Amino acid sequence: MAAPFELTDDSVVVIIGTGAGGGVLANELAQRGVSVVALEAGGRYFPEDYINDEWESFGQLAWLDTRTTSGDWRVAKDFSGLPAWIVKAVGGTTIHWAGASLRFQDHEWKAATTYGPVQGANLLDWPIDAAEMAPWYDLAETKLGVTRTGDRAGLPGNNNYLVFEKGAKALGYTEVHTGRMAINSADYDDRLACQQTGFCFQGCKWGAKWSAAYTDIPRGEATGNLEVRERCHAASVLHNDAGKVTGVEYFDAEGNLQFQAARAVCVAGNSFESPRLLLNSASSMFPDGLANSSGQVGRNYMRHMTGSVYGVFDKPVRMWRGTTMAGIIQDEARHDPSRGFVGGYELETLALGLPFMAAFLDPGGWGREFTTALDMYENMAGMWIVGEDMPQETNRVTLNHDVKDQYGLPVPNVHFSDHPNDVAMRNHAYARGKAVYEAVGATRTFPTPPYPSTHNLGTNRMSENPRDGVVNKWGQTHDIANLFVSDGSVFTTGAAENPTLTIVALAIRQADHIAGEISRGNL
Amino acid sequence: MTALKARGTMTRRELLSRSAAAGAAFVVGTGWVAGSNAAWAMEVAHLKPETMATLIQMARDIYPHDHVPTEFYAVAVKGYDAEDKAAAVEAGIAALDAAAQGKGHAGYLAMGWERDRVDVLRGMEDSAFFQTIRGGLVTGLYNQKAVWPLFGYEGESFSQGGYIDRGFNDINWL
Ligand SMILES: Cc1cc2nc3c(=O)[nH]c(=O)nc-3n(C[C@H](O)[C@H](O)[C@H](O)COP(=O)(O)OP(=O)(O)OC[C@H]3O[C@@H](n4cnc5c(N)ncnc54)[C@H](O)[C@@H]3O)c2cc1C
Ligand code: SF4
Repeated sequence: MAAPFELTDDSVVVIIGTGAGGGVLANELAQRGVSVVALEAGGRYFPEDYINDEWESFGQLAWLDTRTTSGDWRVAKDFSGLPAWIVKAVGGTTIHWAGASLRFQDHEWKAATTYGPVQGANLLDWPIDAAEMAPWYDLAETKLGVTRTGDRAGLPGNNNYLVFEKGAKALGYTEVHTGRMAINSADYDDRLACQQTGFCFQGCKWGAKWSAAYTDIPRGEATGNLEVRERCHAASVLHNDAGKVTGVEYFDAEGNLQFQAARAVCVAGNSFESPRLLLNSASSMFPDGLANSSGQVGRNYMRHMTGSVYGVFDKPVRMWRGTTMAGIIQDEARHDPSRGFVGGYELETLALGLPFMAAFLDPGGWGREFTTALDMYENMAGMWIVGEDMPQETNRVTLNHDVKDQYGLPVPNVHFSDHPNDVAMRNHAYARGKAVYEAVGATRTFPTPPYPSTHNLGTNRMSENPRDGVVNKWGQTHDIANLFVSDGSVFTTGAAENPTLTIVALAIRQADHIAGEISRGNL
Repeated sequence: MTALKARGTMTRRELLSRSAAAGAAFVVGTGWVAGSNAAWAMEVAHLKPETMATLIQMARDIYPHDHVPTEFYAVAVKGYDAEDKAAAVEAGIAALDAAAQGKGHAGYLAMGWERDRVDVLRGMEDSAFFQTIRGGLVTGLYNQKAVWPLFGYEGESFSQGGYIDRGFNDINWL
């Protein structure tokens, strides 16, 4: 049930974006009795609307507003207008996500201390640690129904997993299983068990995979405390002479500019749109953008060190059947500099359908080297590499004043180049992935370059000292007490694990803090 | 744009009686192009039929799958037979023919061997025309639902209840 709030009602908390961070925060605040208006640029889609077809689904859900790219990453050449693969819809990228839900390893909260100085890397310790996060991770795992946590069983392994597991064990890997997944292995929380349809990236039509779109958001709305305004694009955050934010200007579904007043504003538009919004909100008082006294807004963009390895076998695998990503090798996730790099990586099963395989196997490739690979599509197994990448100040989101979006706002330019540590780690991971498949008799293996980024982190990072980052340990901006950031852009470092469980745990923790501050009369 | 005619609507003899050969694989007539095996035929309204035949051959040479019949490549490029695209395609194919002539052949389609044609394509792979055609084929060819079974890909599975009872873990050779 929507709770309509007046545009002039300045008792509400306004949240921008309804994905893993914003969608969870909205519900958690609503459950605590806080009035919330959530602005979401995209439309609303439910499982019955999702499409089991890669390109059609992409057209339905993906964020396709103009963006530009620079830097020496291959994405800037192969997909120059599409630096990221993320969703524009109520529920955000939790519609697309595969559900891999891993906690950080304890030392990853303290990367600067653990790894020591790394040349060219802007490493910093998080202002929070594993002990502080443990109870919030417990709540996040329960919310998402993560398998292999609590008393929830693991998922059964599909064909792609069985090949991967056999190779992993042959190499002596021991931490090999079907993953900790936000996908039901049995009915849970009014959602069905996984039916192994194999279109996890296109939105789960059974609701077996957790998504904010059909859990947190409707539950928040049911309290009467949450109003979600879909197809509403936040343009800038306004402030008063005292330097407090007063509300958000946005374009509504008809393209009219509106102003929603607010007691506090939480920015959760993912790691391109959140810094873009702060930069686009520059004023005479804050000429470099809101919350940017450190100059770190938009900097330290991280996307995880990624890549894929596909193996071809002499017999069919049919990797597309069943869960897209339920399979993991964790042995390489440790920090062990003897391998030639700091930090670690996970290997996770991954299957693409034929249309996406053609687009991503070797972007730009053609001729028989390419087509003989696709000829063996039925006999392929696939895995994805996800590892910690180094934060670099020069990898950043800036405003491109030469290119405007449909509202006339400067679009974000995304600049990225690999750090030598990222390259060394990727090469190590390619070799290990190849070895896994060769141990099961692969006749050919392919290292596949990173896809447009699915994990986007770090552009409003958390820091103890206001000089080093944009937000404090609660996601509250150092500069403006009633302005918060609530998505993956707060990550100080990326760790080796897929980020969403941590984004959700931080959002629950932030909701508890904001509700507490309101009741204490501080907000 | 008229859709492809079904396989076998014309006999080979009928086809040949009304047409001219364009390379070994195609025959063309006024306003149409067809496979020389008479397996398919396609009307063209804005491009010269010879141009469309060359474009189809070029598509196959870029992404050659020996088990995929030529009609799928024809479907993949038929969108170029449009008023706003024809001029650029005619110019691109003219450049392709000129490159073939530069290597001593009468034109692209006149080169009987794939090796020779690929050689010409390699020489122009950085051109905007080549990149447009190649990029378009990634979806034009591989996103045709009718092509998927030829690669074993099964497509949509929700309507059949997923693979939970249909072999998600049926691998038997490990
Ligand atoms: C194919 C794929 C697979 C993935 N698999 C995994 C996985 O297995 N495990 C994992 O941990 N992570 C996975 N991820 C990543 C995960 O989806 C993201 O980390 C997570 O959703 C990010 O949360 P967020 O809140 O930062 O942003 P999002 O979830 O992207 O939400 C941002 C929302 O803000 C909205 N928005 C942006 N700008 C504005 C504006 N100006 N006004 C209004 N609204 C705006 C957007 O439309 C969007 O809905 C995957 C991602 C993809 C694409
Ligand atoms: S494989 Fe399971 S989780 Fe993935 S889309 Fe199908 S039912 Fe949902």
